[in-house]
This record gives sequence, C-alpha cells and structure tokens, in this order.
Amino acid sequence: MATQHDHAHGHDHEHGHEEHEQLKVLGFWIFVVTDCILFGSLFATFAVLMHNFAGGPTGKELFELPGIIASTFILLTSSFTSGLAVLAMNKGKVKEMISWLAVTAVLGLAFVVLEINEFTHLMHEGATMATSAFWSAFFTLVGTHGLHVSVGLFWMVALMIQLKRRGITPVTRRKVTNLSLYWHFLDVVWIFLFTVVYLMGVM
Amino acid sequence: MSQHENHGDHHNHGSLKSYVIGFILSIVLTIIPLVMVMNNMLDKTTTVIWILVMAVLQFIVQLFFFMHVREGEKPRYNVQTLVLGLVIVFTIIAGSIWIMMFNKY
Amino acid sequence: MWENIKEFASTFFVTGDPLIYGADVSIALTMVAIVFVLTKYKKWGWLWREWLTTVDHKRIGIMYLIASLLMLFRGGVDALLMRVQLAFPNVEFLHSDHYNAIFTTHGTIMILFMAMPMMFGLFNMVVPLQLGARDVAYPFLNAVSFWLFMLGAMLFNLSFVIGGSPDAGWLSYPPLSQNDFSPGPGQNFWIWGIQISGIGSLATGINFIVTILKMRAPGMKLSNMPLFSWSVLSSSIMIIFAFPILTVTIALLFLDRFAGAHFFTMGGGGNPMMYLNLIWMWGHPEVYIVVVPAFGIFSEVVATFSKKTIFGYKSMVWALMSIAVASFFTWAHHFFTMGTSASVIIFFAISTMVIAIPTGVKIFNWLFTMFRGRISFKQPMLWTIAFIPCFVVGGATGVMLAVAPADYQYHNSYFLIAHFHQVLIGGVVFGYLAGIYYWWPKLFGFKLDEKLGRWGFWFWNIGFYVCFMPQYALGFMGMTRRYYTYGWDRGWADLNLISTVGAFLMGIGFIFQVWQIAYSIKHGERDTTGDPWNARTLEWSIPSPAPFYNFAVVPTVKGADDWWLTKQAKENGTYKEEPAHLEPIHMPKNSGIPFIMSLFFFLIGFGFTFHWVWMAVIGFIGVALCMWARSFQYDTDYYVPVEEVRSTEASLGRVY
Repeated sequence: MATQHDHAHGHDHEHGHEEHEQLKVLGFWIFVVTDCILFGSLFATFAVLMHNFAGGPTGKELFELPGIIASTFILLTSSFTSGLAVLAMNKGKVKEMISWLAVTAVLGLAFVVLEINEFTHLMHEGATMATSAFWSAFFTLVGTHGLHVSVGLFWMVALMIQLKRRGITPVTRRKVTNLSLYWHFLDVVWIFLFTVVYLMGVM
Repeated sequence: MSQHENHGDHHNHGSLKSYVIGFILSIVLTIIPLVMVMNNMLDKTTTVIWILVMAVLQFIVQLFFFMHVREGEKPRYNVQTLVLGLVIVFTIIAGSIWIMMFNKY
Repeated sequence: MWENIKEFASTFFVTGDPLIYGADVSIALTMVAIVFVLTKYKKWGWLWREWLTTVDHKRIGIMYLIASLLMLFRGGVDALLMRVQLAFPNVEFLHSDHYNAIFTTHGTIMILFMAMPMMFGLFNMVVPLQLGARDVAYPFLNAVSFWLFMLGAMLFNLSFVIGGSPDAGWLSYPPLSQNDFSPGPGQNFWIWGIQISGIGSLATGINFIVTILKMRAPGMKLSNMPLFSWSVLSSSIMIIFAFPILTVTIALLFLDRFAGAHFFTMGGGGNPMMYLNLIWMWGHPEVYIVVVPAFGIFSEVVATFSKKTIFGYKSMVWALMSIAVASFFTWAHHFFTMGTSASVIIFFAISTMVIAIPTGVKIFNWLFTMFRGRISFKQPMLWTIAFIPCFVVGGATGVMLAVAPADYQYHNSYFLIAHFHQVLIGGVVFGYLAGIYYWWPKLFGFKLDEKLGRWGFWFWNIGFYVCFMPQYALGFMGMTRRYYTYGWDRGWADLNLISTVGAFLMGIGFIFQVWQIAYSIKHGERDTTGDPWNARTLEWSIPSPAPFYNFAVVPTVKGADDWWLTKQAKENGTYKEEPAHLEPIHMPKNSGIPFIMSLFFFLIGFGFTFHWVWMAVIGFIGVALCMWARSFQYDTDYYVPVEEVRSTEASLGRVY
C-alpha cells in the first residue's frame, strides 16, 4: 500500500485511481461476455456439424476419456488455486499470492501439454482438421479453448513478474482480479466442452 | 491500510469457505455425469438432458462461489450484460440447431 | 533471377486493366506527394506526436471521419462504375470478373469501411462531450481500435493493386468463396481486412458501453441522458454481441480455405448453409448497429432545430433498447428461400415485422417534436426531414420483404437492392451527414457553408429517388442482383438508364460536399460562442473547438437537456453562478503502441493472405511483444496543472 500513498497528488487522486481500476474490471467482464458469444458460435457450429463424419472416424472411436478426465480435474483445480491467489491478495500476502499463481500456471501448462498430446494422438489415428466436418469443428472448438488457456499462461507470467517488482497496488490488484475472472471463465467453458464434446461424443 | 478496508466491499472478496464449497460442488458435479455416461445408466436422451443440467449447475456454482457475482457495487451492469449475453448465446445455439435441422444431407 | 522476379510481380500485382493501371499511377503519385509534403515542411514529428500516437477521442474521431470520407469516395466510384456498365443493354465497359469484384468491394467498403468508421467517428467526436467526460473509459484501447480499423481497411483496399480483389459478393457466401471457385488471395484479403478491423469494432463497443455507464458527469442519470448517447449505448450493445459471431464465421471460412477444413464445403460433411446462418446472425444486427446512431442524431437535431424538448423521451429509449435486443431474433429472414421448416419461417417473418413497431414509434415521436415547433431549416434539419419519408418507404418495403411467401418473389431481385439502399442511404448516410453538419462546428470551430451544402443536399436527394425508385420496378420485372449485363429483349433499358442518371446526380452531390468542406475551411462562418445552433446538450457549453481536456470544470447536471436549462435559467435571472474551482486534470498519455501493434496485425493479415506463414508468425510475435510491453507500462497518465488549464481557457475567451 505504501507506493500508493507517496504519489505527489496525495489521496484525492488516488481515490480516482481506484475507481479507474474498477472501471477496467467492468470492461474486462464485458469482454469475457463477448468471449462467451465467441464460444457460443463455435458450440453452435459444433452442434450442427457433430454428426457429419463423412465416412471418417467418429469421436466415440478415438476419444480416450482417461486423459480428458485428468485434464478436467487439472483445470478445475487450477481454477480453485487462482481463487486462492485472489484470497491471498485480499489479505495482502504477496508471496503466498505469487506461489498460488505459480501453482495455477503449472496446472494450466499441464492442461495445455495434455491437449497437445491428445491432438497429436488423434492426428496419428487419422483425424485431422481436413478429415470431416466433425473433426474440423472439434479441433477448432477445443483448439480455441486451448489457445485461450495458453494466452492466459503468457499473461500470468507477465503478472507474476509485475507482482514481484511492484507488490500489491491498485493496478496489480485489478490485473489479478481480471486474470482470475478469465481463468474461471475458461474453466466454465471447459465444463461445457467436456460435456458436449466428450461425454456426448462417447455415448 | 485502514483506508483500504473502507472500500473493501467493492472488491470481489469471497472467503476460503466459499472457494472450498465451490470446489467440492464442482468436483461432485463433474463426477456425477461422468459416472452416468460411463455406466450407461439411463437411455441416451435422458442422459444428455441430465449431463447438460449438471454442466449448467456447475456454471452457476462457479459464478457464485468463484466469480462472486452477488458482490460488487450496484447497479450490477456486469450481471445485466452476462444475462443478456447468455440469452444471445442460447439463441445462437438453439436457433442454429433449429434452423439447420432441416438442412441435413 | 530476373525472370523469377518478373514472374512473381506479374502474379503479385494486378495487371491487365487500364483502369487499374490508372489507379496504380494515382496511388503512387499521392504517396510521393504526401511523403514530399511531410518532409518539406518537416511534419513527420508532428504527424507522429499529434496524430499517430494520440489517444484524444476528438482526434481519433477526426481520423475516423477522414478515413470514412475517403472510403465513401472509393465505394461511390465503384457504384458509378457499376451503373455505367448497366446503363444500357450489352455494354462492354467492364468484364464480368471485374464487375463481380466491383460489387463485392462496393458492398464491403460501404458497410464496413465507410458506415462503421463514420459511425465510430461520431461516437468519438460527440459522446464524451455530451456526457461531460474528459475522455472515453479506455483512451488507449480507443486508439488501438482506430488503428486496427485503419490497417484492416488498408489491407482490404490493397487488394485493388496487389493480388486481386475479392469477387464473391459482400458477404462471400460459400461455396463460391471457397478455394475451388475463388482461388488466389482476393478472398483472403476480404477475410483478413474484415477480421482485423472487426476486432477494433468490438473493442470500441466495450469502450463506449463503459463510457456511457460509468463516465457521465455527476447528476446525469441514465434517465436524462441525451438520446444520441442512448443510441450509442444501444448500438454498442449490439456490437459486443454481434461481432464475436462475425469473428468466428470468417475464421471458419479461412480455416476451410487455408487448412482444408470442412465447415462450409460441399464435401466432407460441411454445410454451406451454416455459413449463411452464422453470418446473418452478425449481419442483421450489423445493419441496426449502423442505423441506430442515426436515430440518435435525428433525435438531437429535431429537438434543437424545433426548439422543443424531444417528444416521448421514454418511448424513444424503450424503442432504442428493444431494437437492440430484437435485432438478434430476425436473422433467418435473409435466407427464407434456403428451405427450412414452416415454423422457422413463420417465427422469423413475425419477429421481423415486430421491428417495425419501435421504429414507427420513433418516427411519430420526431414528427410530434416538430409539431408546433419553431423549426429552422439549417443543414442538419434538412437531412433529417429528408430522412423521414425516405426511411418510411424503405421500412415499408422491408415489411413487404418480411412476408415470407412474397419474399420468394422478391428475393435477390433489384427490389431488395432498392430496399436496403433506401434504408442504408436514407437512414444511415442521411443521418450521419446530419450529424456531421451538426457537430462539425464543435470539432473544427466553423460551420460548413449553407449554400453549397444545399446544392449538395438537393443533388443527393433527387439523385437518390431517381436512382432507386426505378430499381423497385426492375425487381418486379425480373432483374436479379449481380447481373453484369442484360439484353435489349428484357425491356429493362429505360429504367436502368434513369437509375444511372440518378447515381451520377448523387455523385455530383458528393462533389458539392467536398467543395463545401474545402470552401468552408477558409470562408466558413466561425463559431465564437461554442453554441452555434442554440442547442440543448452539454457539448455546446464548452468552446469550439473543444480543448483537449474537454471540460475545464466537470459540470453538475440538473436535468435532461441540461445546457438548455442553464440557458433558460440565465435568461430568467434564476441562474446561480457557482464559483468555479479549477483542479489539476487527470489525462492519459499518448502512446505509439496502438499504431505499432496494428502494423503487426497487418503483417498477420498480409502473411495469411498470401500463405506466407513466416510473415504471419512475425506478426503474431510482434503483437504479443506489444501487449507485453503495454502490460509493463505503469506510467500511463499525467496531470494537467491548473495554470495550464487557466491559460488555455483564457485563450479560448473563458475566464476562471
């Protein structure tokens, strides 16, 4: 908090600053809603094309649930740990917060690695983007989610460095709030992916 | 620091308790559909409905226990945006399925 | 080596058509001239500091406006070329391929690179001033939006001289837009030009929603916010929900073309009709996105020039917001003829007709505002009055098209062409022109010349009816859109010739307007009061042109049409002067990152257009580095000291 107060203009402006940061949380929330629409459009495409295998392999034949279940719990746990990071932030404990973020990042990385693994496996089995409408929709939907997670990791690293350098300020606080919101959102998207793509796919 | 406590309500606080409850509920709501699908407990349509309900429930759990939609200053523009967004997501998905249903090869 | 270069150049550059060589030469000459002037007058630094890195919403608005007028010129030339080709039967002015390219670029440019930036220009120029704010909620993001739009538009326009223009229609339906039928980079230019500028549009939508919800001056409740700001809110809500759908749709089309995916292909289980379904989920809200701000402009203009409070404020707000929501439930009426179940068609026919209700409410409100008002027929008001009959006819033909069984007859005929030009020109263009004439003095400090403006107005209006009324008839006579030529035996010759004459009349109207701007820069009536129209809302309470921080003291709002209330109180002598207390003003710092990052986005687009993945990778890395750099930037704003505010205000004739 110290850095917050030694600003030349003192308290009044700092309050404005705080409000300004709140403004950015609202904007980010709206962005997340637009991202919902983006995933909604991809889900709609998947739903319309999900039975069009064009004689190629089906999801039921190729999906390997154990890996997917592992990914699901990894991402769920990382969503929880990112929440713990926010809790630590509210208590003002920078170190604890960075460690929880690090745990979240490692879990996120594991998720991405598992996904890459799955994709290479599928391609080995002869299911690529160009195989059929089903696989095009599958790779695009799941891949877009994976890309979001990867971007989140990149962002998380940037934030951990900033936290180390600057501690908890209104600005870093806002950034971590947004990041954790984004991370929870990705977990929610994954739940629907897991249900619609994988569970309904193997039925 | 005391200064800060005053507008503490504005932040998405949550407590350890809410996170833990949310986490446990999420795990339960993930395992139930998994078991239903793996053991072929019900017929196909019923299973699809149930697992979708579980997914929606888990979404709501995360919304309340992880994202703390109840907190934050009023008016809650974020919640309003979310609700309208979800209506439109629903329209996109259900509308596409409805319109394209008659276009199968 | 030389042979290789020659071969590359012959495919890389568009060749073979004298029109294009002419354009090449003029583009090259313009570029040389710009570089020469900037170097000679040592203006590079000025360009960089004052414009390329600016985050000031007024300057960004001006840049949007300039870009949109240039695009209006290009889209207009496209239109005239088409009308020349269709003026008589069997004309051999354009080849069929060239004609296809021209109607494609005409449509895309007019909607996405003319109407959208003109709209964003008005958002930027007006909204913060109208709300009593110092800037938008996220000034940096605002600059990012602008440069993404600009470089997206440049990428799209580059297709004219490099690689070849897209030619699969403005919405590029597959299978025509797939590799089989549209090989080559043209279609990719379309995809990436729109994709890049679309990201910018989405960000602008978020920016203005937060600005309107959170940045209003103290005392300005939503329930007494000016109607233009309400219309911007409505439009922005549609933007944030519609643009992600566009992003997905054209990304999928690109995957079909680039990665051999099967979303919209004929084989492999793909379904081209899904593309129509998706693109119109964006496309239908999109036309409301551009027309709703025009409604806001009319509301401001009608109230100001009738000297009355707007009639039915609440119903206006209700209409704006219900249009925003309803716009997402009508998309399938664009493809009734695709073939789907009767219940789908009934639902979408009815939902389409429902839209006419709030729109009708608005028309009546404007008429009642004028009723018994003291109307002065200045330019903004002229365009508003011209809009009403034009839009009513356009709306009525829209309801005709919504009648699904009849639509099977009108679909894709010139009846449809006439309908949507009537709502887009009569609604959007007339509205934006009214807005530009209205707010021009606030931005530039002088009015646009009335006399020349009236010439432009009448040429536009008469030209419009001469051009498009015959097209309704042509539609009934069986003329389908996108015909590049027709025979004498069809009996379409007379009406087509009349239509072409009308198009040229509109072109003359545009020339008058360019002349008007050039003339007014020197001779236009200067605005010394800051309130040249005796208007009603906050933007008119500050000097023209507005200082960079907008309001020296943030006003406290007491009711709807606050500036009018203040003026009334001053006249009645009931106005209580509150001692103005100047404070340091918190302002955002300029930044070069938006411009540089958008250049990298351009590289991504250009690389993918030609399948040069390495270039796209460089672009992605560049974008990531720019974001990283911005994330680590903490020194992003500063305070304008009181002394500077005081001296700036004094130079504008206001004493604090």
